[in-house]
Amino acid sequence: MTSNLSALLYLISGILFILALRGLSSPETSRRGNFFGISGMAIAIIVTFLSIDILFNGLLFIICALIIGGFIGTIFAYKISMTAMPQLVAGFHSLVGLAAVLVALSAFYNPETFDLGTVNNIKTANLIEMSIGASIGAITFTGSIIAFLKLQGLMSSAPIVFKGQHFINLLIGIGIVFLIIYLTAEQNNQIFWTLIIISCLIGVLLIIPIGGADMPVVISMLNSYSGWAAAGIGFTLENTALIITGALVGSSGAILSYIMCKGMNRSFFSVILGGFGGTDLTLQKNKDKKPVKNGNAEDAAFLMKNASSVIIVPGYGMAVAQAQHALKEMADNLKKNGVKVSYAIHPVAGRMPGHMNVLLAEANVPYDEVFEQENINNEFANTDVAFVIGANDVTNPVAKTDPKSSIYGMPILDVEKSKSVLFVKRSLSPGYAGIDNELFYRDNTLMLFADAKKMTEDIVKNLN
Amino acid sequence: MEIDPFIFRLSIFVLSIFVGYYVVWSVTPSLHTPLMSVTNAISSVIIVGAIVAASGLDSENSFDLSNILGLVAITLAAINIFGGFLVTQRMLKMYKKKKKGKVK
Repeated sequence: MTSNLSALLYLISGILFILALRGLSSPETSRRGNFFGISGMAIAIIVTFLSIDILFNGLLFIICALIIGGFIGTIFAYKISMTAMPQLVAGFHSLVGLAAVLVALSAFYNPETFDLGTVNNIKTANLIEMSIGASIGAITFTGSIIAFLKLQGLMSSAPIVFKGQHFINLLIGIGIVFLIIYLTAEQNNQIFWTLIIISCLIGVLLIIPIGGADMPVVISMLNSYSGWAAAGIGFTLENTALIITGALVGSSGAILSYIMCKGMNRSFFSVILGGFGGTDLTLQKNKDKKPVKNGNAEDAAFLMKNASSVIIVPGYGMAVAQAQHALKEMADNLKKNGVKVSYAIHPVAGRMPGHMNVLLAEANVPYDEVFEQENINNEFANTDVAFVIGANDVTNPVAKTDPKSSIYGMPILDVEKSKSVLFVKRSLSPGYAGIDNELFYRDNTLMLFADAKKMTEDIVKNLN
Repeated sequence: MEIDPFIFRLSIFVLSIFVGYYVVWSVTPSLHTPLMSVTNAISSVIIVGAIVAASGLDSENSFDLSNILGLVAITLAAINIFGGFLVTQRMLKMYKKKKKGKVK
């Protein structure tokens, strides 16, 4: 295959990737979009096979590697529970990062294969692109592993901060730039490896100070990094498909990070610098004094049955308790009683963008009953019951009233405006932001202390 | 003076960032999780680099380090491609519209 033809076909596969993302603008077109994505990938892989000289044995090994990887990937895709989606995505990011590092290393050791010059005599431009790709890839790799460990609960989600952290990060950052420049002057393996190792190190250092509540930002950010790493390699290999994809993924992750930061009213930098959440216990000293109204499943069922409209506000707690199916049953039951049921999703509910929507979709909740914050927030004032299940900080009115609060200015769901609020929660403990929710102590709030799933099931029993 | 081909690639890159920017803003928030998994899958198009890296097997059938790195990279990228696309498909299948009339 001539290189012009293959370049054109790579362009087509890039366009198919754009269409894949475009398809996600609505659930109806999304499946076709995914098909475009798969076709684009198939074209890219086939074109690559046709444009290289390869011996039969080499081909055999490559096919084996493809099959092994494909098999593992397929198992993950079908076995993973929807609750664990954030971990899976973080794990996948780390693989993209590592693959980028390996390809860059391979090109460094054997530049002839890629037409980049000869060993220790790689063209400067290619060398810079290659080292940037490798460096970002390494950061993505270790950063995603830390994110994975935190999300999977193998590592505490509390931020790890120590003195001089930012200074060390800064030094390493400067070190990376310096090493890349040094590498262009003197190409040797040690420098390239040092570059990769300190990039791995900074990947860890960047993610450990970020607390559990900021995970949606972290995971979007790593998504973005994996794109930039791919683009860096794309420049080295002079491959259009890779450049286009890298740019798409990079900007996609950046936009998601932005949306997540906005959802929390936090600046991107304050998230990166970390140290937020989990430790700020001073604000809730006087919580024992205030009385709360404590209800049970029977009260909740009675309240909702006699309501004309109910808005369900799910949060991460619903995911942990796997309560989405019970919740759907409850909603169906209410609908049979003529109650209007809708769902309100806060942008940062859950551990990754859109996490709640997937869980509700899994439980067969029709997506046109599920609303984003800006589309439903005005409805709370006309709603009889707000049923908050596993959410906390995103409903806290303190965000509007107390400028001293760490979540002040965060856009919240106006749950407080509904006639009554039902709060399913295991205890009065604060959420990830580590602050007390004054909504618990309001007259129109009924606390339902229980596991989210069990409580919902009990409510269903009482509705029947 | 001739334009360096790098500039052409840079142009593609910059334009793609803009395309990405507008396309991603049009993605409905309820599909943000599938967006992440599908971007994950497509960024594994890095597999094309891995295939080239692994292809340099010489006539004596011996691998050098760079071939092995390429093979490992192929495996990793393949996990991502299959895992990413299939999990996206699995999720997208779950998104259903309200049925006309009564919900059972």
